[in-house]
Amino acid sequence: MNERLNLLIGLAMGLNLLALGSSRLPTVISVLSAQGMVLGLMPLLMEHIDWRVAAVAAATVAGKGFVIPHMLRRAMRAAQIDREIEPVIGYVPSLLLGAGGTIAAVALARMLPLLPEHTGSLLVPGALASVLTGFVLLIGRVKAISQVCGYLILENGVYLFGLLLIHATTMLVEAGILLDVTVGVFVIGIIVDRIQRAFDSLDTRKLTALRE
Amino acid sequence: MNLILEIALRLLVWLLLPPLLPGLINKVKAWVAGRRGPPVFQLYYDLARLWKKGVVLSNLVSPGFVVGPAVAWVALLGAALLMPLGPAKAALSFQGDVLLVIYLLALARFCTAWAALETGSAFEGMGAAREVSYAVLAEAAIIAGVLSLSVQTGTTSLATMLEPSAGAGAVLLAAGLFIVLLAENCRVPFDDPNTHLELTMIHEAMVLDHSGPPLAVILHGASIKLMFFSVLLTEAVLPVGSLAALAGGVLIVVLGVGLVESLLARLAFRRVPLLLTTAFILCLFALLMAWKGGTA
Repeated sequence: MNERLNLLIGLAMGLNLLALGSSRLPTVISVLSAQGMVLGLMPLLMEHIDWRVAAVAAATVAGKGFVIPHMLRRAMRAAQIDREIEPVIGYVPSLLLGAGGTIAAVALARMLPLLPEHTGSLLVPGALASVLTGFVLLIGRVKAISQVCGYLILENGVYLFGLLLIHATTMLVEAGILLDVTVGVFVIGIIVDRIQRAFDSLDTRKLTALRE
Repeated sequence: MNLILEIALRLLVWLLLPPLLPGLINKVKAWVAGRRGPPVFQLYYDLARLWKKGVVLSNLVSPGFVVGPAVAWVALLGAALLMPLGPAKAALSFQGDVLLVIYLLALARFCTAWAALETGSAFEGMGAAREVSYAVLAEAAIIAGVLSLSVQTGTTSLATMLEPSAGAGAVLLAAGLFIVLLAENCRVPFDDPNTHLELTMIHEAMVLDHSGPPLAVILHGASIKLMFFSVLLTEAVLPVGSLAALAGGVLIVVLGVGLVESLLARLAFRRVPLLLTTAFILCLFALLMAWKGGTA
């Protein structure tokens, strides 16, 4: 069980790096979708399956794997951009930052006083690495949609942390977060459209000056 | 006496077999494109033809123009002799020979670039600059890959290092080393061996002014390098038990190169560092997995 879970978390960490290294927004959104599905499958491996776990897993796969990416693709189409042209942090540096962050996360997780059942698992390093990846994307990209992707990857990291407590909280919190995130992305889709209409571009650097 | 005979035999293998690989790659490419393609032995014919021709020397060049390719060829052949061939181990093997191999490859590259700069031609300088700037990144990847094998097996001798499979990180290492193979041998996503436009060449631009036997030596050296990397990739990833398995692995690598070359376009120059960094990171994660013992 642990082996398969680690494989999935490793896959999610690899997808993080793919998101950092690619300049095309459709690729980043597909990466996000794949990562959401991988994350949604994890509870099924961790707990014996009853209908509640299955329902939350199905909701996560549907929400993170299909609904949110679909909304992002629509926002992207409405804004008519599909590429991040000049990021603040270039692709090679952000890839190296992500790789360094992943290695640091693995090393750090070794030093943390974890519960014995979590020591062999990649959950904590995977969560830390995803949060770091999300931060790099949030800081390093200028287009609003890429920043949303960064925020969602960060949220995926938080979700991985939440899986540590799966035996205590029975997924109720995850279900709530999923709902919040979906509504959040829905709102962001509208905001992206507004930014596009007001400024003719999604470059968030243009939003820094306040004007009447 | 036996040892000398064995070394001579291996030398013969490394001299005779490598020019087959570019021919096979071209066959794969022709097959994908639906053409008949040049014969598999085309490079042998080319080498024979070049060997008979005379040398045209610019009156600007120093002897380095001829010495460079020769030293590069000898260095590549030396690296090849240190490479174990499956169950038939390497001709020479000692602790730390992997470092020697890396330095021999670097020496070969240095000598080719040096000979290219000798003529003072702008194109050759450009080619040399590109070759060495990509090599910086490719070398980081190959060192990380070799280090992961070394950590995995706890030795620094190529023969013992390549014997078992690469363990948990094998897939990562395979992907990383394959990208390095493409970059080091100037295959498609990095450089197009069929290009006739000097501005887009890398390796070809360095050898534009060479002719006759020096050019033959350069071409033969390039094919040795291709075979060297194919063998390295096969043995690093799979536990090769027999010579047939090794040959099969090399053939699969050649098929992969041919398919990549048929299906991909070459990358824009500014995107090349990204791909090489990816190779480095793949090898780095293989190293991480070897170091942390599979679980992390």
